[in-house]
Amino acid sequence: MADVTLTIDGKAVSVPAGTTILKAAQGIGEHVPTICFHEHCTANALCRVCVVEVEGARVLSPACVAQVSEGMKVQTRSERVQRSRRTILEMLDSAVDLSEAESIQPMLKEYAADGERFADGARRDHPLLDDNPMYIRDYAKCVLCWRCVQVCADDAQYTYAINFGKRGFETSIATFFDKPMPATTCVFCGQCVGVCPTGALKPKREWLLQEGATPDEIMQATRAERRRKRKA
Amino acid sequence: MPDFDLTPLRAALADLAPQGRTALLPALHAAQSLYGYLPEPVAAEVGRALGVPLADIHGVIDFYSMFYREPAGNTILRVCADPACALRGADSILNAMCRRAKVMPGDTSFDGRYTIERTTCLGLCNAAPAVNITQYDPATQTSGDISFARVAPDALDDLFAARGRGADDFVGGDLNLITVLCGRGRAATLEEYETVGGMQAAKRALRKMTPQQVIDEVKQSGLVGMGGAAFPTGVKWEGAAKAPGGPKYFVVNADESEPGTFKDRVLMEGDPCRIIEGAIVGAYAIGASKIYFYIRGEYPTATERVQSAIDELRAAGYLGKNILGSGFDLDIEVRRGAGAYICGEETALFESIEGKRGLPRVKPPFPVTHGLFGKPTAINNVETLSKVPYIITHGAAAFRRYGTEKSAGPKLFCVSGDVARPGVYEVPFGITIRHLLDDLAGGVEGGKLQTILFGGAAGAFATEKDLDVRLTFEDLRAAGLPLGSGVVMVFNETRDMRDMLLRLTKFFAHESCGKCYPCQLGTQRQMEIIERVREGKMLPGDSERLTDVGWTMTDASLCGLGQTAASAVLSAMKVWPELFGKKKSEVRSRKSEGKGGKKVVAKKQKR
Repeated sequence: MADVTLTIDGKAVSVPAGTTILKAAQGIGEHVPTICFHEHCTANALCRVCVVEVEGARVLSPACVAQVSEGMKVQTRSERVQRSRRTILEMLDSAVDLSEAESIQPMLKEYAADGERFADGARRDHPLLDDNPMYIRDYAKCVLCWRCVQVCADDAQYTYAINFGKRGFETSIATFFDKPMPATTCVFCGQCVGVCPTGALKPKREWLLQEGATPDEIMQATRAERRRKRKA
Repeated sequence: MPDFDLTPLRAALADLAPQGRTALLPALHAAQSLYGYLPEPVAAEVGRALGVPLADIHGVIDFYSMFYREPAGNTILRVCADPACALRGADSILNAMCRRAKVMPGDTSFDGRYTIERTTCLGLCNAAPAVNITQYDPATQTSGDISFARVAPDALDDLFAARGRGADDFVGGDLNLITVLCGRGRAATLEEYETVGGMQAAKRALRKMTPQQVIDEVKQSGLVGMGGAAFPTGVKWEGAAKAPGGPKYFVVNADESEPGTFKDRVLMEGDPCRIIEGAIVGAYAIGASKIYFYIRGEYPTATERVQSAIDELRAAGYLGKNILGSGFDLDIEVRRGAGAYICGEETALFESIEGKRGLPRVKPPFPVTHGLFGKPTAINNVETLSKVPYIITHGAAAFRRYGTEKSAGPKLFCVSGDVARPGVYEVPFGITIRHLLDDLAGGVEGGKLQTILFGGAAGAFATEKDLDVRLTFEDLRAAGLPLGSGVVMVFNETRDMRDMLLRLTKFFAHESCGKCYPCQLGTQRQMEIIERVREGKMLPGDSERLTDVGWTMTDASLCGLGQTAASAVLSAMKVWPELFGKKKSEVRSRKSEGKGGKKVVAKKQKR
């Protein structure tokens, strides 16, 4: 495909047409933060921390899906961009437990996001769900990046065990009538656990270890549950 | 769990099942009508019949506020909580109803007879306060919806028995090019529509014009979208016509839900044939053989009347195979929403027709190339389509006799709130706000003008100084006011605007789809801060928080809902900085010093 020339933060860059701004920026060593984006998932441009300012555009553009065009002028760290990123991170930090979100923690620092700024706001506190021998679901840590739902569906496994509950701020990941995982179509492939960026989904053994269980206890717990599952 | 006899459900699903997932909302409506709510075995049967994963069924039921997974009362009463109804005492009606049924808002009474809910705008702002009722009869397994207007506090007996009156809409203005048959308490028949020149445009277009000629005429007319975005209609049609691939679809967006907006309801209830004629012309222009007419779930009367008009038009040969002998086949299907403002966003509406949660898609690609079912699609608002017959029958030049160069033709405004004659007003673009407010709508009621909310919840506030601004896209833009969907909501000097702002922010928090972070989180935080503003308990830094949240939603949200969810708040911060910077007591004392002019904070309404 023909090359397109644009400038990113003042630097000229030529990339094939159809390239996203994110890839073009990465190509010249400009770091654009992302939360929901994953190389092997459909990009939904929903976390919006990757927004950049494109000259002439009314609103900011999500770098993960916005494609380059000839003569485009992109600012990846303008004031508007920084304010949006910082505010999104502050609001996220105030709603969700990000303590185990290893990829998000450095962003909070980089953008000087004040974790206490919206501290009095509602949090998405969900009880931890421990209903199967393979993984736990701790949705108080869920940032709704959608990756688990996507790999469970058309992005990988075609299992369709999980979708969403409610909407808006109250959105959550949910099964059919909130059934426990063994009562769903889940095949325990583990792909959802693999793509979760925040520790909301975690291998059961890792969780039991963190909780201080001994290897013997862990074997006991997961084996018994597996047997129960086979019988059911 | 009680047993459910699924036999009637299977019968109801037989017709829908071959369509697959796209029939999900119709199937859930049908199922809920049979059982009063959507219990697990019923939801599972719907999933099996349509071939939709059960988790997805759950996601869809949970998304739409008119679907219930838990038992709901046999009578569900939804009281509008948005500004225009609040001004006319909706809160006291809600409270009286809750006392009567011994429930809290959102709950179902112990005997299972009543569910009472606060709801978002019902599109009856001109006849406030409004209540929408769903009545389920377990004996016959049937259910029906109805909306009542001008509900009086002493009419509770009637309300609980689902008796009341409709909107009796007042339609006025300087013109009646498109509203000539509206506001008469019933829908015009096809015959009546034909006596005022109706269906001439369809005949002319299909028999004497090529699709390109139709597109050119619409382009020359300067017609733009009236749903809020003002995109040129002819350009949209041309894009869909030229897009490769097919089949192509034509969609009527009748998901009117912007608080303060009711013009599309008035058009659908008064003159449905005109809208459908516009859609027939549009479908012909882009080469679509199927129209979807998507009407919000809270509009039972409009839905019924549009459906009757379709039946009439089909019987008269205006729809179906080889219409008007032109060789052009065209069918139309009405779809009902189920309680989600976001479905007025065009791509969310497509998702909804496809049987999914109403989540907006990333644009580009745009609907003209990748719309409904991923196919080239033109989607237009009801008012926009109502103007098409006039343009085709009389020509673009005749249409342009009205309005200005940049804002052509007639325009409908939805005037509500503290005015003598709330209603829909058809006027040429270019009259002043003052003419609309004083000469046509009879002036402010209950005191001097405090402010006018322009463009709806996603709008901005105008004051006395703006009254001579002309109502055109260009003049309003210069004045910093959005035309939006034509909302002109008037507040007199006694109104507490902090309470109104809280209602607007609650509206967005309730209606955010939850997809993108800025809106999902921002609408919630914005509402929480405005709650403090209303209580006079602002925290240090709240003003900066509001500004940052507001601009982040505006700049970084995925769709128009998030991008405008802070519009009214940011506007209010400019118009009444004292509401956001100082403590309540300070504002009060300033007022009591007799500052003169507008009173900003008045006695709190009795709630």
